[in-house]
Amino acid sequence: MKRIIPTITGLALAATIATAQEVAPLDVAFDEYGAVAVSLSGVAGNVDNGIVIMTDRGKGNCIACHQVTALDEFPFHGEVGPSLDGVGSRWTEADLRGIVANAKNTFPESVMPSFYKGTGYIRPGDAFTGKAGTEPLPPLLTAQEIEDVVAYLLTLTE
Amino acid sequence: MTKTTLKSALAVAALFAGATVAQADESAQLVINGEIEMVTEAPAAAHLEGALTTVYSGWLFRDDATQAIQMDDFDNPGMLYVDQGAEMWATAEGTEGKSCADCHGDASESMVGVSATYPKWNEAAGEVRTVTMQVNDCRESRMGAEPYKYGGDDINALEAYIGFQSRGMPVNVAIDGPAAETWEQGRDLYYTRFGQLELSCASCHEQNYGNYIRADHLSQGQINGFPVYRLKNAGLVSVHNRFRGCIRDTRAETFAVGSPEFVALELYVSSRGNGLSIETPSVRQ
Repeated sequence: MKRIIPTITGLALAATIATAQEVAPLDVAFDEYGAVAVSLSGVAGNVDNGIVIMTDRGKGNCIACHQVTALDEFPFHGEVGPSLDGVGSRWTEADLRGIVANAKNTFPESVMPSFYKGTGYIRPGDAFTGKAGTEPLPPLLTAQEIEDVVAYLLTLTE
Repeated sequence: MTKTTLKSALAVAALFAGATVAQADESAQLVINGEIEMVTEAPAAAHLEGALTTVYSGWLFRDDATQAIQMDDFDNPGMLYVDQGAEMWATAEGTEGKSCADCHGDASESMVGVSATYPKWNEAAGEVRTVTMQVNDCRESRMGAEPYKYGGDDINALEAYIGFQSRGMPVNVAIDGPAAETWEQGRDLYYTRFGQLELSCASCHEQNYGNYIRADHLSQGQINGFPVYRLKNAGLVSVHNRFRGCIRDTRAETFAVGSPEFVALELYVSSRGNGLSIETPSVRQ
């Protein structure tokens, strides 16, 4: 996986994070299928920010592994995970929130990283330095970024 | 994964990429200087049953231009380091005033097949040793010289020269007997999902070889061509440095170059390439 380079866009997003009703990673309530009914941030997801997170190598970089026809303008879509075309029709908002936050609750063998988790790692590192990190690590995406991605995924209907 | 599915994965990538990706030619034949035929596809060793049926050289996963560089020794920048290693081989060093050649003679005779069987159990030392460890033991105990820095430019050049003597020979690393314990440790490491991204070697190189991850074409992570000339580094890269880079990219605390963990992993990953030709010095992007 490519080294992540923070971008101005990423910084701008960080400034918009709401904390009022945020659910901490350890407090996320997954149901028995891995779905999460309650918004992680308490603030509605932003579809445009969702696109940035989906495509930015320094953010979610979802297209590194998933093909998305609607994001064709962004180069190089991967093949490691399934295509996300139509996921907004196949899954509910709660399902998608749970899968983005921690796909392993839904698909135990998934290679997909858990994007809203800070603890329970083997040899956790300090980002991409190769040095030891201290748990809890900051989750790969913030609560609001998860909501933004979910909002975008819900637009991918068939 | 079969050759056919590898090809169809490529075709899918071509359809989906939405931009120009330099495509690998999975059916290409690696023939060096128009005469040395290399085995880049081989039946997987018995110990890989359930994991892989066929093993593929990383050369097959690279684009045409990168493939071509390795096919001609005049184009292969790794050969410059082989030449440097040849000079080092013959240069006396240390308090004993000895060179490698003083004891081992002509490397093109004495070193043939050596790299194909390493890492290897050393009975006297009671441990599995890499070529680097063996060279450094010679330097310290026979030459009275300082050991080379593990994974550094010096040992990479010398190891490229030693590995070059086995070029075209099949990897044939022993995993049984006294090496078994180290091999099992390496296998456990291979399947451990490290770091915040929780990725094991197998996540990419066993479950997803042939697939693209963004613009990168995932190979089986074979190490039969190390030290490798990497175009992005414009120099040789050792096996352990490559391991370290991969584990760092899982957002994990890496192991040290030369550590017992990486020695074990090197033994295990080498054994996954049993049957492929030694390609040292290979060329990758």
